[in-house]
Amino acid sequence: MQWETVIGLEIHAQLATDSKIFSSSSTQFGSAPNTQANAVDLGMPGVLPVLNREAVNMAVKFALATNARIGKRNVFARKNYFYPDLPKGYQISQMALPIVGEGEVEIELEDDVKKTVGITRAHLEEDAGKSVHDLFHGQTGVDLNRAGTPLLEIVSEPDMRSAKEAVAYARKIHSLVRYIEICDGNMQEGSFRCDANVSVRVSGSEKLGTRAEIKNLNSFRFLERAINFEVERQIDIIEGGGEVVQETRLYDADRDETRSMRSKEEANDYRYFPDPDLLPVEIEDSLIEALRGQLPELPDQRCARFISEHKLPAYDAGVLTADKATADYFEAVLKQSGAPAKIVSSWVTGELFSRLNKDGLELTASPVDEHRFSGLLARIHDNTISGKIGKDILDKMWASEDEADHIIDKEGLRQISDSSELEKMIDDVIAANPSQLAEYRGGKEKLLSYFVGQVMKASRGKANPGQLNQLLKDKLKG
Amino acid sequence: MHDKTIARIRHGLASGEFSSREICEHLLSRIDQLNPSCNAFISVSSELALQHADDADKRRAAGADSPLLGVPIAHKDIFCTNGVRTSCGSRMLENFVPPYNATVVDKLSQAGVVCLGKTNMDEFAMGSSNENSYFGNVVNPWGSNRVPGGSSGGSAAAVAARMVPGCTGTDTGGSIRQPASFCGITGIKPTYGRVSRYGMIAFASSLDQGGPMAATAEDCALLLQEMAGFDEKDSTSIDRPVDDYCGSLNDALDGLKVGLPKQYFTEGLDNNIAASLQASIAELEKMGASFVEVDLPNQHLSVPAYYVVAPAECSSNLSRFDGVRYGYRCDNPADLEDLYKRSRGEGFGREVKRRILIGTYVLSAGYFDAYYLKAQKIRNLISEDFTSAFKEVDMILGPTTPTPAFKIGENSADPVSMYLNDIYTIPANLAGLPGISVPCGLVDDLPVGMQLVGNYFTEARLLNVAHRFQQVTDWHLKSPAK
Repeated sequence: MQWETVIGLEIHAQLATDSKIFSSSSTQFGSAPNTQANAVDLGMPGVLPVLNREAVNMAVKFALATNARIGKRNVFARKNYFYPDLPKGYQISQMALPIVGEGEVEIELEDDVKKTVGITRAHLEEDAGKSVHDLFHGQTGVDLNRAGTPLLEIVSEPDMRSAKEAVAYARKIHSLVRYIEICDGNMQEGSFRCDANVSVRVSGSEKLGTRAEIKNLNSFRFLERAINFEVERQIDIIEGGGEVVQETRLYDADRDETRSMRSKEEANDYRYFPDPDLLPVEIEDSLIEALRGQLPELPDQRCARFISEHKLPAYDAGVLTADKATADYFEAVLKQSGAPAKIVSSWVTGELFSRLNKDGLELTASPVDEHRFSGLLARIHDNTISGKIGKDILDKMWASEDEADHIIDKEGLRQISDSSELEKMIDDVIAANPSQLAEYRGGKEKLLSYFVGQVMKASRGKANPGQLNQLLKDKLKG
Repeated sequence: MHDKTIARIRHGLASGEFSSREICEHLLSRIDQLNPSCNAFISVSSELALQHADDADKRRAAGADSPLLGVPIAHKDIFCTNGVRTSCGSRMLENFVPPYNATVVDKLSQAGVVCLGKTNMDEFAMGSSNENSYFGNVVNPWGSNRVPGGSSGGSAAAVAARMVPGCTGTDTGGSIRQPASFCGITGIKPTYGRVSRYGMIAFASSLDQGGPMAATAEDCALLLQEMAGFDEKDSTSIDRPVDDYCGSLNDALDGLKVGLPKQYFTEGLDNNIAASLQASIAELEKMGASFVEVDLPNQHLSVPAYYVVAPAECSSNLSRFDGVRYGYRCDNPADLEDLYKRSRGEGFGREVKRRILIGTYVLSAGYFDAYYLKAQKIRNLISEDFTSAFKEVDMILGPTTPTPAFKIGENSADPVSMYLNDIYTIPANLAGLPGISVPCGLVDDLPVGMQLVGNYFTEARLLNVAHRFQQVTDWHLKSPAK
């Protein structure tokens, strides 16, 4: 039987406000437990929430970036349940009237195929604190630093049909929220978290299968693996004559499996109702227009511009614009170095990225900033050095603060483009290899590369490769 | 000395007739003497009060003045007081000492008041008789077998017994006005949003409103003047200038149009209270007020709607009392569920638990529409009734309570008959309107109150009418205090 997978994602993006959504406490990550929790965050008696308008502005920016309907009148609701890291016994969230309504994003699949994924809604809510289980023997500690941090919960339509599509969608949202600077996207620190609703059905069927919600997917890799595991598990159950149970499952990355957390029967009745401590928030058109004016060029627009303006292949443009920092870096280097876009693109996505990956660094933490990188590419572009020497220089720049020019001068790496100098070297090599010369002239033209190698060696890699090729061919002809 | 109103105390302090320390010492000794039988106070902070009184005297000697400098008052134990235990009448908060002040407490402190202590109340403000306090019931100074009303019963009794000239109270369904009526004092519930709720422990957030309780309307005006105002820490407080309550107290009543709801003057009302109201109406007519009958057709729905909305909100508001961070925690919890169940089971009293259960039920999936949403619709209807009435009249006059103070234990077995005590006061809370209870007679030697309900932000006019009424009557001066 042919099975079709149906996936919807719920993404929690932590909004990058300085203070919490309903209190003035700092949202900084990594402080000592409970040092960023004031009376409001602790849910002390009688204290009241006051909305941080910056969180509202960020949500509106998200709506604008996804062409979503904006909830002009939105209402905060209480989601009631007991848990030690939930100080008030309820979470302030939004239910009936969320701030972001229906929207959409376009994702790119293999072979340049594009697909539109619907966004059902996105709503503002406060994060809970953290339970700390390993600090005190036999006891659980509660850290409320995170309690009250603003979240935008982005709920997609069940539009994705494979783990790969789900990852492409999650990456797209990740890219967007970083572009519009409403979320730092740091998945290790939990600033960007995914839950996946996964079900399977017989291909061609209209009816959705019973879904399982998988929680705790804190990397794109885990998201993909968890969905693939879950799809197989569900197909196995159905093919074995069983029924999939609606439940919440937890992904265990160590074992690469999902396991049951709680079933539908154990699910809480959250008893949502409008929070009487907060007035409905009206979003004025003037605010929407002001925020629209603050939006940067979005990834899709920027990608299209990279293709038309910089004449880049779609693939390169896609890779360079997926992340705002990369696109900014690329454009800065392009401008400062004067090198052609395709060269800059392959140096950024090739040499730079491979070094960053090797060291596990984000581009923003790159040892070589766009200014120094431009200095290097400028010298390659003006033929001062060859690309091969450029790679060695980049290694040296990686480990020092030196500019490319400084390294080139200090180590005498300037490319030899003086034809008399090159001719002399060529003559010496030809003189030293009479038999190879004879073979070449006898028709074995493959030996050209042998001669190129020999001259390169003699020049210690500094011979201008294009010029060398031409001169050598002329000389070999005799 | 103890029979002095706040207005009179201000005058005495300003003229140097007596010091703040003298008046405070006098009242503290009176509390020492009367409180054991009355139980109006949960906490008395003598030492701190005298320290503040001395500060006030020093500041005055140095030429400083503020509206209530050195004036002794007490706070209902629902208002958080920095460093002073705030119990909310509950075992849950028996040992809770807040590290912050309620905005009302801050504002009154800035105005110069000296707080003598914290007054008794029904647990979490849930009750109409003060019999639901973990710290024991309060006895009405007018009769040792009578309740003082609730939930601000301690505040009302403390003023009636002249242990303190004024108190703060809170009113969710009548909790200022009903005890004021039962104890023969004046109490005003302002417009919802006029007084900050920050630091006032929440019962039902959309209904709760703090206000003053004192012997006279003038004293209420003096206190409210300092309590009212926008607070950025309370999103539901309203950013609108505070009227000059004291300045308009003596305004003429000529042309005042008062509505008498036909639903209020029916068989359910005690005949003697009806007679007291008629006499009061006659007094107001003499001063130029005119009266017409008004129709409030949905009044009968207010008690049932209230007992859906208020428990719904309280069930959520009281979730924070879970034994995890502060407040009562059961001994030796076996696990998390046991911690929750026993801490809350042992920490809350019967009435609080009853309302949490009702509230949880009405918010549950499948019942929400039938109860909570329907109650909200009724709430709108009740507001619209008032809106129509206020097109015809300036304010509405009626009884505060259906009967004078009932006997201790009389209604405690039957929650519905207890709830019906608030039948005249609840509509103003549902609509968010200001209401004042003014002493207007004695029935069987027990005080009864007249209630005036005005349109939004008409506190100044309500206080003005009450004050003028008190210029020609002396019910507010009657006191059981010897």
